[in-house]
Amino acid sequence: MKITRRGFLTLSGAVGGGIALSSLGLNLKPTKAYADELGKMNRVKAAKQTITTCCYCSVGCGLICSTDKATGKIINIEGDADHPINEGSLCAKGAGFFDLTEANKHRLTKVLYRKPYGTEWEEKDWDFAISRIARLIKDTRDKGFVTKNAKGELVNRCETIGHYGSSNVDNEECWIMSVKCRALGLVYIDHQARV
Amino acid sequence: MTNHYCDLKNADVILIMGSNAAEHHPIAFKWIMRAKDKGATIIHVDPRYTRTSARCDFHVPLRSGTDIAFLGGMINYILQNNKYFKDYVVNYTNAPFIVNSGFNFKDGLFSGYDAQKRKYNKDTWTFDKDANGVPKRDMTLSDPRCVFQLLKKHYSRYTLDKVSSITGVSKENLLKVYKAYSATGRPDKSGTECYALGWTQHTTGVQNIRSMAIIQLLLGNMGIAGGGINALRGEPNVQGSTDHCILYGNLPGYLKMPVASLDTLEHYLKKCTPVSNDPQSANYYTNYPKFFVSFLKSMWGDKATKDNEFGYQWMPKLDDGKAYSTMHMFDAMYEGKVKGYFCVGADTAVSTPNSNKVRKAMEKLDWLVGENIFDNETHSFWKGPGVDPAKIKTECFLLPASATMEKEGSQSNSGRWVQWKYKAAEAPGDAIPVGEIELKIMAEVKKLYQKEGGPNASAITNLKWDYFDSKGHMDVLKISQQINGHFTKDTVIEDKAKGTSTLFKKGQCVPTFGNLKDDGSTACGNWIMAGSFDEKGFNKMAKRGKDDPTGLGLFPNWSFAWPVNRRIIYNRASCDVHGKPYNPKRKLLEWVGNKWVGDVPDGPWPPMANKEKGKYPFIMKADGVGSIFGPAMAEGPFPEHYEPVESPLTKNPMSGQLNNPAIYIFKSDLDKVASASEKYPYVCTTYSCTEHWCSGALTRWQAWLLEAMPELYVEIGHKLAEEKGIKNGSRVKVSSIRGEVECVAMVTRRFKPFTVEAKTVHQVGLPFNYGWLFPADGSGGDSTNLLTPSVGDANVFCPEYKAFMVNVEKA
Repeated sequence: MKITRRGFLTLSGAVGGGIALSSLGLNLKPTKAYADELGKMNRVKAAKQTITTCCYCSVGCGLICSTDKATGKIINIEGDADHPINEGSLCAKGAGFFDLTEANKHRLTKVLYRKPYGTEWEEKDWDFAISRIARLIKDTRDKGFVTKNAKGELVNRCETIGHYGSSNVDNEECWIMSVKCRALGLVYIDHQARV
Repeated sequence: MTNHYCDLKNADVILIMGSNAAEHHPIAFKWIMRAKDKGATIIHVDPRYTRTSARCDFHVPLRSGTDIAFLGGMINYILQNNKYFKDYVVNYTNAPFIVNSGFNFKDGLFSGYDAQKRKYNKDTWTFDKDANGVPKRDMTLSDPRCVFQLLKKHYSRYTLDKVSSITGVSKENLLKVYKAYSATGRPDKSGTECYALGWTQHTTGVQNIRSMAIIQLLLGNMGIAGGGINALRGEPNVQGSTDHCILYGNLPGYLKMPVASLDTLEHYLKKCTPVSNDPQSANYYTNYPKFFVSFLKSMWGDKATKDNEFGYQWMPKLDDGKAYSTMHMFDAMYEGKVKGYFCVGADTAVSTPNSNKVRKAMEKLDWLVGENIFDNETHSFWKGPGVDPAKIKTECFLLPASATMEKEGSQSNSGRWVQWKYKAAEAPGDAIPVGEIELKIMAEVKKLYQKEGGPNASAITNLKWDYFDSKGHMDVLKISQQINGHFTKDTVIEDKAKGTSTLFKKGQCVPTFGNLKDDGSTACGNWIMAGSFDEKGFNKMAKRGKDDPTGLGLFPNWSFAWPVNRRIIYNRASCDVHGKPYNPKRKLLEWVGNKWVGDVPDGPWPPMANKEKGKYPFIMKADGVGSIFGPAMAEGPFPEHYEPVESPLTKNPMSGQLNNPAIYIFKSDLDKVASASEKYPYVCTTYSCTEHWCSGALTRWQAWLLEAMPELYVEIGHKLAEEKGIKNGSRVKVSSIRGEVECVAMVTRRFKPFTVEAKTVHQVGLPFNYGWLFPADGSGGDSTNLLTPSVGDANVFCPEYKAFMVNVEKA
């Protein structure tokens, strides 16, 4: 007996659906899984839906994130059936998108700092990181700045700082980085598009 | 992509070469299968039999690094058998152009080669011009100096015997592909090509793709539905990051980075603005100054004025002819010259070739700033294998970033669809978007320069950097509108064709790049994105209309596609010189009365038969036509087969020139190469898998995906495994002259030995998704790029990950 999830939901409009099936001698384990799924479906139905785009290859598949209105947490992510390219379908990575959210315990949540010759990361706050990084940028840039090249031509560049990335952030962030690099005078500017 | 994903369904023949689409772009592959369901022929040419091969009509294995030989043979087949689309070739390509009599090709080298500099002087790679300065043409294509005849001569050397001997492909298989693909050289048929890193990651990467571009022009497959050349790119916003040019040689919108010899804005603009004397060439880049000056205005706002060359002198300038790519950067870092390094959303200690060199180079850094959602082998390099943290001076920061669904913004897919997405939840803990991190760091740097001054401080203190909202967070819409462009003063735009006159107020979005000016009255962060908002500030990237008036799957009201919502570029070439569609069954565009109907046309001008007002279809090319002869390339205007830098052969069967003569050679003690060496006898290539993405820096941290593909393996053909006594599932060591990895042997029939120059050549392959940091017990193995060489393409320095030499032994 083959039951799709959608079919099952229609079939089991009342809890009695499961009982009716068990009396036919069917294994109830999958039924319970469907019931759990049903509970999740209700939560998903009540959740705020937000459109996003997959963050792996460049096909640009659409996804729908469901966020629990009470907790503000994402509880489900699935393919966007209205999207003209993926039409709801996703590959293995896209289908696992939920594991990129806060639910993944490996996510970075703190500013980490490793001092010279240090053996561990230390937790720091943003103020420390931003002011220390800005100081390092300025000192390194000023010390190595090349105003004129060997031919005496004005070049105004900084060859002592490199920048790499990124093609997995949004356009607005890419533009900000591209402009930042030029304002600083960097020339070693590159990212995944080349490799 | 010249076309886009849904358009793959429109093809009659699809050649997948340099890609394993079924496993790496599964959803793209759905559209390929949709074409197959309608009767299309799908061909897979790849060293390895994969799931893509399994779903294609046929799979043809070829030795890694021999794509130009394979495609050169196809060009020869098309020309010898008159399979080309003559009307298209004559009118829409430079095939009829007469080439400089000094141009020649001898024994693997084109005229003008300087062996010392490893560069060409391109003075003879030019066209003869008439008294008006317009290229001379022979519309009969019979002049021995015309591009068509030179092409025919060049590829007559790529005989079936020769190509078979180089590539290891049987003659029967060659003919099978050539016949099937060249059948699209007719008005009513379309053929497309899908490639990925399998074509780009070679010392001849750009020329691999150009070989196909030549084929597509010969067959009339450019600018049509179901045609084009389609890069299945591998990162979610790699199209956007390329468009915004986080690249040393270009500024947003592919504008050219200034070089030292161009000392004034005037000299720069003169050099960068192409000239055409042909009245029928639109030569759209004649508008270059408008795009560039508007970009400078976007950087420095009111501080960029006509009097200070709009800030041109604040811009860094590259040394003429010098490159600063990833491999160059790590080379300079290894020399101790690069002191500080930003690694944003990347894992370069795993993903860059010759990773041992990269990891050693990083030990010389004073500081490292990482921005990411997970830790990786780059951020934690100081505690990597064989590294003593107590000896590493580098000051390291790892800044927690929001994941994609935790922030609002746009991403551009390979088909140039710029899609808006929204924030679904707050990021965990202290994480904030990468853009906000960058904004905050730079705002602090700006403060320091305002207070303390410094060299070329004006570039920083004058920088327009007001992209925060009232709460101090990144204001994405404000950045996005800055990218789109706006009027910097009240401006009246007259449209003579429509007879209208419109007033735009200061601050209003420019509705199209056609409105940009070179006098400072417009600012535009990236001209190709102009029109992503309308003049009222409506965000077209967020559009979700599903209408499809042509039935071709263009979806003109879904998101915004650059340029100006054109879904298939060069689309005027889908019609004949009178504007009638070559293929009425797949009508992309048609000239009706006095306008184009269909997709957004590549320019409003009438078709070229109108000698007075008509324009050629390839409007971004100065000559207005497709370049079969391509003098912009570093190693020659026609692609030529050269062996990979590491190859099983001591001699190039095509010529006396073994490797690409124009590649750059890195000379550090860690840049070792072992070609045709008995120690490293097997050709090796690298690839990904469905469950992991790139370096695995995001996917290895996900339990489901890691469980599916837990560790590094090497695929070895049955015969080689037998020879070496290697059993499926046993541990083996794979080594190149640069490094080694230990991994599991996957003995497979998916790799078969090749017969190359009458000898048996084995090929093996490894995925590149693993690194030492995670899984934490080291069970995943380390980076395949410990093996790969730091050599790259002659034009763009894309590394040669796809063809190098290794040994495999029992561990």
